[in-house]
Amino acid sequence: MAEKPMCMPTQIPRGEDVPKGDSVRCLTMLGHFGFECLPHQLVNRSIQQGFSFNILCVGETGIGKSTLIDTLFNTNLKDKKSSHFYSNVGLKIQTYELQESNVQLKLTVVKTVGYGDQINKEASYQPVVDYVDAQFEAYLQEELKIKRSFVDYHDSRIHVCLYLISPTGHSLKSLDLLTMKNIDSKVNIVPLIAKADTISKNDLQKFKCKIMSELVSNGIQIYQFPTDDETTAQMNSSMNGQLPFAVVGSMDEVKVGKRMVRGRQYPWGVLQVENENHCDFVKLRDMLLCINMEDLKEQTHIQHYERYRCCKLKKMGFTDVGPDNKPLSFQEIYEAKRQKFYDQCQREEEELKQKFMQRVKEKETTFKESEKELQEKFEHLKRVQQEETMKLEDERRQLEEEIIDFYKMKAVSETLQTQVCTNVKKEKERKK
Amino acid sequence: MDPMRRSPSPCPSRPSSPRTPPCEMLGYVGIEAVLDQLKIKAMKMGFEFNIMVVGQSGLGKSTMVNTLFKSKMWKSTVQGLGTPTPQTLKLQSVTHVIEEKGVKLKLTVTDTPGFGDQINNDKCWDPILGYISEQYERYLQEEILITRQRHIPDTRVHCCIYFVPPTGHCLRPLDIEFLQRLCRTVNVVPVIARADSLTIEERETFRRRIQHNLRTHCIEVYPQKCFDEDINDRILNSKIRDRIPFAVVGADREHLVNGRCVLGRKTKWGIIEVENLAHCEFPLLRDLLIRSHLQDLKDITHNVHYENYRVCRLNESHLLPRGPGWVNLAQTPAGPLATPQPSKVHQQAQEDSEDGDEY
Repeated sequence: MAEKPMCMPTQIPRGEDVPKGDSVRCLTMLGHFGFECLPHQLVNRSIQQGFSFNILCVGETGIGKSTLIDTLFNTNLKDKKSSHFYSNVGLKIQTYELQESNVQLKLTVVKTVGYGDQINKEASYQPVVDYVDAQFEAYLQEELKIKRSFVDYHDSRIHVCLYLISPTGHSLKSLDLLTMKNIDSKVNIVPLIAKADTISKNDLQKFKCKIMSELVSNGIQIYQFPTDDETTAQMNSSMNGQLPFAVVGSMDEVKVGKRMVRGRQYPWGVLQVENENHCDFVKLRDMLLCINMEDLKEQTHIQHYERYRCCKLKKMGFTDVGPDNKPLSFQEIYEAKRQKFYDQCQREEEELKQKFMQRVKEKETTFKESEKELQEKFEHLKRVQQEETMKLEDERRQLEEEIIDFYKMKAVSETLQTQVCTNVKKEKERKK
Repeated sequence: MDPMRRSPSPCPSRPSSPRTPPCEMLGYVGIEAVLDQLKIKAMKMGFEFNIMVVGQSGLGKSTMVNTLFKSKMWKSTVQGLGTPTPQTLKLQSVTHVIEEKGVKLKLTVTDTPGFGDQINNDKCWDPILGYISEQYERYLQEEILITRQRHIPDTRVHCCIYFVPPTGHCLRPLDIEFLQRLCRTVNVVPVIARADSLTIEERETFRRRIQHNLRTHCIEVYPQKCFDEDINDRILNSKIRDRIPFAVVGADREHLVNGRCVLGRKTKWGIIEVENLAHCEFPLLRDLLIRSHLQDLKDITHNVHYENYRVCRLNESHLLPRGPGWVNLAQTPAGPLATPQPSKVHQQAQEDSEDGDEY
């Protein structure tokens, strides 16, 4: 669409504008078209859905992270002081629901635990990077799902990282540089000088300059407040020049004059947290919450998340442009990958089948052989047994014959004996 | 060994701590300034809205669009006696950027001349459904690129206004067929066109009959009952549902009535004022579309219709069993898609501005 003619409503203006209420059917005659309430509709919908904001707070143990969060949101969320003896850096995640007038904010605060306490700090930044990546990964997974539900999905990506720098007054520590270098492409970093009441004003200015020059010379990208919108450009650009903010946190109330203010009581005076001359806390709160919260979320989504997504998908092997420089579609690559995977599965299945068949065959042959052996043995035994039976038969016959002969002889001898007896008897009778 | 020495467990990927009850804030923090931030951002980015008007020729679609947006979007098409009726349905889109009090609205209106004009209207809804699907497809392709644009141009149809001819009886078979298919893919708002040919009582009976027909055929027109989120929405929307379909009259000429200049149609027996609720329900339609439910229309299109389309597309050629997060995209099904012809439209827009003086 080359031209878009600007059409002004061709109407004779009809009197006063009636401010549009929230009712559906406004029966009064409006003099104009009325879609100036479109932003209202958007805002109403956002109010209904609620807001969410995720802060990552990185700083050494005891530097005042919990106190700062408390002071920022004017609540008493702090729990007990954490130990200095953790063997590696961990993260503590807490979620709060805050409400101010009709705005509901679901706040997630992620604090490092044990940061800077170890003797060997090389792996300190890794848990932080892993956590941030894990949130992006979860969002990416949700986005790639087939049935997805963004309305219910709680966005847990980190929108801002408050990096608390120790108030040494000299320069950034090498641990700071290392960590910031590793997370600057993943989150919006807002560097802060913690416990700023320990540095005098002159030293503070020098410290700030030193920090900014070190960040620039190391190529670390910190979050710049946006200067493209006229309403906030001037304020934002002046604030950009005052980074990093020197903050002091306190929830203790101290009496100053007639009022109770939040501050820290020293023997030499009271440091008021909300006094702009004393520290930059108010600036931080305004910049972070009142003016740039939406921009932080937008930058996270448009810049950091897209970068992560791009890298991740490229790593998985997807491209937008094929080898001939013709635009490849996501689905072609996915189809190709799926086909490859499917083929590989088939091949492996085939291989397994072959192996199985082979083993079955081997077993079969061994069984057959042993069967044969058994058969032979059986035959052999049978033959032996048969021979023995025959032998026994022969012997039995022989025996029987002998028995018959014996009986024959017996019978003969008996007849002989009876003959002899009768002969003897006859002789005896004759003799008489 | 320090008894407190325990390594904190590595964090899970989602916040796992149980949610604490709402915390009380002891003073001013400034969270509500986020509403102003939203407004500023919205004003800077501007809004987009895409409407499609569907209905037979002669029902006053172009006039209605002109009345709705109070600008000469379109020259009312009058078919010459010699020109043959177009054989296929050709969709035409016009885009305008309207600005009022710093709020920019990029409006796209898609017209469907030739709908339902042939003798055999079988499958006349296919080009329309194809056009709608094509817009979803375009958005989907943009969304799944590796390097995406910052702001994906949204050409999806947010609302489809269906013009029902004022027969006074009930919905015709063509209407029912079309509405059944369409209400599953896009938000449909039916209106009774040329309602000045019906008296108030006839309008009421016609409306009741149409509502009854819609219920019988399970056609869910906008605002859909299933998307009412809370009790306020339900009350609001049931009032609207009671009056759907709106009986509208379109007019883009002004006349003098009681010393005021009003938009209306002049007849021998009186002047029908378009913006008068006693005469026609055009203000209700305008309020619904622009003043109160525009964001809602866009939300439902994005969260429901577009997601349904995406699920269908991603599930096509589903051969192997998948895990929960598996994305499988198949080739785009080749079908008869009527593509909008911007160059033709550009010429027409120029013609309009040239001939505008005639009106």
